[in-house]
Amino acid sequence: MNVEKVVFAFFIVLAATLNFGFVYGDIDDPTHHDIYELFGAVVVNLVATVLKFGDRTQIGAVHLATSLVAVLQLVIASVVWAYAAHVGGGLDPATTASVVSLSAGALLANFVSLTLLVAETVSLRR
Amino acid sequence: MTSPIFIALRRLRPPLLVLIAVYAVGIVGFVLIPGQDAEGRPVPMSIFHAFYFITYTASTIGFGELPHAFTDTQRLWATVVIYLSVIGWAYTIGALLALGRDRGFRQALRRETFEREVRRRAEPFFIVCGYGETGALICAGLDRSNLRFVVVEVDEARVAEVDLAGYTASTPAIQGDARLPENLLAAGLRHSRCRGVLAVTDDDEANLAVAIAVRLLNPRIPVLARARSEEVADNMRSFRTDHVINPFTVFGEYLSLLLRAPRVYELLDRLVGSAASPETTDRLPPRGHWVVCGYGRFGREVVECFDREGLDLTIIDPDPPADADRPVVRGTGTNEAPLRAAGIERAVGIVAGTDNDVNNLSIAVTARSVKPDLYVIVRQNHTANAALFQAFGADYTVVSRAIVAEHCIALVRTPLLAPFIARVTRGDEAAGVTALERLEAVAGTQRTTAWSIRLSAAGAAAMHRALMLDHASITLGALLRDPAARERPLHALALLLARDEATTLLPPDDTELRAGDELLLAGTNAARERLQQTLDNENVRDYVLLGRDIPGGLVWQRFGRHAPSA
Repeated sequence: MNVEKVVFAFFIVLAATLNFGFVYGDIDDPTHHDIYELFGAVVVNLVATVLKFGDRTQIGAVHLATSLVAVLQLVIASVVWAYAAHVGGGLDPATTASVVSLSAGALLANFVSLTLLVAETVSLRR
Repeated sequence: MTSPIFIALRRLRPPLLVLIAVYAVGIVGFVLIPGQDAEGRPVPMSIFHAFYFITYTASTIGFGELPHAFTDTQRLWATVVIYLSVIGWAYTIGALLALGRDRGFRQALRRETFEREVRRRAEPFFIVCGYGETGALICAGLDRSNLRFVVVEVDEARVAEVDLAGYTASTPAIQGDARLPENLLAAGLRHSRCRGVLAVTDDDEANLAVAIAVRLLNPRIPVLARARSEEVADNMRSFRTDHVINPFTVFGEYLSLLLRAPRVYELLDRLVGSAASPETTDRLPPRGHWVVCGYGRFGREVVECFDREGLDLTIIDPDPPADADRPVVRGTGTNEAPLRAAGIERAVGIVAGTDNDVNNLSIAVTARSVKPDLYVIVRQNHTANAALFQAFGADYTVVSRAIVAEHCIALVRTPLLAPFIARVTRGDEAAGVTALERLEAVAGTQRTTAWSIRLSAAGAAAMHRALMLDHASITLGALLRDPAARERPLHALALLLARDEATTLLPPDDTELRAGDELLLAGTNAARERLQQTLDNENVRDYVLLGRDIPGGLVWQRFGRHAPSA
């Protein structure tokens, strides 16, 4: 067992689960989507991205790319939320829907990351 | 090789993680600690405001307490966050600066620049492996001949000297072991403009490895390698290395030639000679008894050469080999006793050939004081001592590195020179003497050089067209005419004609030229430039061959065609 591998897998899975937790619920109902969960998802996704830096293999490159996509989507979702909550005067169903759908896109990228992780592990016969 | 971007990302991983953690912890703290609005009602801080506060605090900008004045609990946490974030940023910036000074990172950066420069080369270039004294001399010579090159050198300090040398064109240099094929490939071994490889490192094995790598990775380009030992030289030849150069053998051959056929030696000196040519006086080495000091690789070569020429000699060496069946004196020759024991009084010449420059000079000075009219051959090991040797003024100063360098440059610059030298030094000395006489007749005492031309579409466009399309009959004599006034001959002559694997020494003037012919020419630099005009420019060609002064522009060509031919 390798501690580095545990930490790596932990952050990738946590990034996906937090993301999923935020997306889960009615798409336009603000009460179904906790903003603190989105914050957690952003932080954990950032950590996962940095952990993937510097891997020169082909699979490492795809890993990094998916993480960058997820971070990009989540940051845009956060900006939309911050604008709606502080400038636009509260979250209405339409903005909630757009925040949630943006993070749903990030979720897809995180699923790809998870798939890669599983595929890598399965191909490793040890 | 690792790309610099990946090295940077890998190195910056820990600081970035610390920074993310500091920001996250700070934001979570502010979100959990309740704030107060102006009326004292508890208001939780939003994530957005917390992020904003930390962003300007961590970057030491500090706009104040937002959105409302902080409670003391919040201030307490803000203090903690400030210290944490300062540490986080200091760590990150420190890591960035360290990365900039990191040796591996900078090497990767340099390597990437080098590879990009080599990839973008548009001019033909050579790869020089090894930038020692010989390598530097070769590079300087190539630069003088306006040829481009890239350098592969294992020692970092020597690589830095390439930049300081101030060559006319930008010269990419890489720090790396030439034995590794990846370094040769990075230097452009398979580049379409690569014209040849010169393996002149100080290590025979490395030169051999380079020669083999070139033969296997790019068989169509020539490779030239230096070898000090005969086994390595044989090994190189078995790998079809185009030119194997042993500095001492090259010198031995020159010396033999000087003894046997001084006129041919003079010819070679005029063809190969450059600023680096061996310093000789006009005296010729006399026949008689010789004293040879130092029986190393150089001494052996000299003794072998004297044996070939049937000269009588005595060796002086501090540790003479037992197998030598000739008179040997134990000693260094720097003082009179061993010199007298070796028969200096009845000798006609002395060779100071140890591998120590100071000893060589000392031997030469002592010998001359005993017998002033001795012919002195002295070996100079290091370029840095040139001033001392010049001041002494021996009859023949041998700089083996300069010999190698000069030989290499001549061979790579003029491919036909090697077969020509081989023929005039082994068998056809008479032709060599004739060549020298003709060269003196056309060029007098002016500086001369040797070059080769190929009557191909690329090297001689106009001439190739005349030969291929017009089926013109062009003789060598008609070609070597002055484009300024065709009744005058060029200051040049043809030494060798190569056609379909066969070579002709000193082709006569009425030789008919064919497309694809290769010619080795000798003459002045001006003649070389003028001949190239005749080869490249159709108008010049027609004037030189036919005497027709054809108008250049389209309009004048049209009128000219209708004008009655005079």
